[in-house]
Amino acid sequence: MRHKTFLWFFLPTGLAMLLFIALPIVSVVIQSIFAPHQAVLVEVENCTPLVGCTTETTIDQDATAALRAEKPLGRFVGLDVYFDRGHLAITEVSETWAASESLGGFFSELGNLPFYRAMAFTLTYTFVVTPLLILLGLMIALAVNSLHRHLKGLMIFFSLLPMIITPLIGALILFWMIDSRGIIGSALIGLAGDPNFSLKASTGLMWISLIIYGIWSSAPFAFVVFYAGLQTLPADQLEAAQIDGATRWQQVKYVVVPHLMPLVTFVALIQLMDNFKVFEPIIGFNASAHATSLSWIIFNDMGGETRQLSAASATSVLTIIGVAILLSPVLVRTWRDFKGRT
Amino acid sequence: MASKAQRMPKRLRIASTAFVLLWFILAAFPFIWTVWGSFKVELDFFSIADWTNALTGERTKAVYDSAFTGTGYDGAWVQKEFWRNVINTGIVCFFVVTISLTIGTLGGYALSRSSHNYTFWLLITALIFRAMPPITLVSGYLLPFFEWNVWGILPTTIIVLVAINQPFTLWMLHSFFKNIPSELDESAKVDGCNQFQAFRRVIIPVMWPGVITTGLFSFLLAYNDFAVGAMLLSESNRTMVPAIAAFLGTTQTEGNVMFAVAAVVSATVPLFILVMFFQRQIVGGLTAGAVKG
Repeated sequence: MRHKTFLWFFLPTGLAMLLFIALPIVSVVIQSIFAPHQAVLVEVENCTPLVGCTTETTIDQDATAALRAEKPLGRFVGLDVYFDRGHLAITEVSETWAASESLGGFFSELGNLPFYRAMAFTLTYTFVVTPLLILLGLMIALAVNSLHRHLKGLMIFFSLLPMIITPLIGALILFWMIDSRGIIGSALIGLAGDPNFSLKASTGLMWISLIIYGIWSSAPFAFVVFYAGLQTLPADQLEAAQIDGATRWQQVKYVVVPHLMPLVTFVALIQLMDNFKVFEPIIGFNASAHATSLSWIIFNDMGGETRQLSAASATSVLTIIGVAILLSPVLVRTWRDFKGRT
Repeated sequence: MASKAQRMPKRLRIASTAFVLLWFILAAFPFIWTVWGSFKVELDFFSIADWTNALTGERTKAVYDSAFTGTGYDGAWVQKEFWRNVINTGIVCFFVVTISLTIGTLGGYALSRSSHNYTFWLLITALIFRAMPPITLVSGYLLPFFEWNVWGILPTTIIVLVAINQPFTLWMLHSFFKNIPSELDESAKVDGCNQFQAFRRVIIPVMWPGVITTGLFSFLLAYNDFAVGAMLLSESNRTMVPAIAAFLGTTQTEGNVMFAVAAVVSATVPLFILVMFFQRQIVGGLTAGAVKG
């Protein structure tokens, strides 16, 4: 295809991505190095006879508003926003590092800083949910594959539901069930034998609930992909393994899993990126007191009356860097494929 | 699994069936439970006294003489005017799917038929864009949108969702068009068509299966979106999901959680129907990317 024809075909979609993805990234980076204007202060001298003169510092509302209207971006502060308490908190971290005796104490102190708190949950969630959902997806795929033909379709239909459902709605449905007056919540109260038992009260239990939600909602994806992979499993390899006397478990371990391995990598890479974005379940579970994620911080900073855009932008840039690190293996792989082809 | 040697021993078959049954309950039960409970009063759905009340609807019977009541739905749809949000979601989904398929088809076709180096870099860029959480972009939109006075209206959100949707659409359609032999449009060009005529007369008639699959995923993205809608739409233009999130704040204080439950069930129904009719396409779309690696 000639360059000119290509350009015309690609122009609409290219323009959409340029204007609404590439430029906003630039705009986010710019916003993150500006901070809101400080209020303009004026000193007013009040003189009353007999008492004398006092000077008072007040906010000049008009001048502040004029300054804000003139330069909506704010004032240039360089990387200050990145290093402040709400983000990387350089000074606080070095102080705690100097003050704390042990590594454990250092990390528990870090947990009080919003950015590191969110990072801790995001990373725990990502690296616990991903392997578990792959394992569960594989087990479901193997079990469903051995079912009768008519049941398979029905199982796939119901398995798709947790994945296809709007994340916020799925989270709410589970949240209402684990509420202490909901069915799972009251069952847990019965099991624990403590009428005041509540999942919402403890950080650890809340994390576990969120992780279970994550596995519940993403395992179907792994299941569907692995199930499709099982359909292409060469029967002669399995037979050969059987003739060699392999047990069922050995067949799974040495024939089925190696056959599915490329798919496992694919699911792992996709899910690592998606789980890193974890956001809606925290809103749905109303869990922000116990668990926050990077996306949640951005959302929280932007919402409400204040709209702290530069704080949100700085977190956005840090999140994008995190995604880029997670994405790098995929990029390297795609690059190798491309080099191999040409 | 036809051969006799492959047949499972009895104990393993029982274990495997039990596991499937367990997963079936895990996957389906929350939905069935919530649909059932949405026709009860709050004291039944969130029962302090006895959990079986949620099944039998003791309190609901006491209040309404029947074990089922539509008050939750009435409250959500009529009192809280949820139908407005449903219409907004309908508009957003329709336009997002139409626009992103139109421009995505052209772009994906061009990427699949060009052998220049830059197609690779465009696809890589799209992959990076696909990996970024949409919420990170939203902070970049707010300031310009306020300045231009386009914040809060549906068209802005539609365009933003179309753009966010493009990377995925391009990847899907690119790999789909790769599977259509290029001899088809080459021969049309030999017969005197230019590239666009070849696309229109030869490719468009055979592209629908791939386009429908991609369209389903575009629809899901627009329908399931929360972050963009919640941040870019004013209160009167909200779509369903941000509206439900807003419900939670207001109804919990008023004691009208059942409105939110009813709204959630209402929002689930279209997805349920979608999976019922397009199961094959959804599964095909999910695996298409994987099988290629």
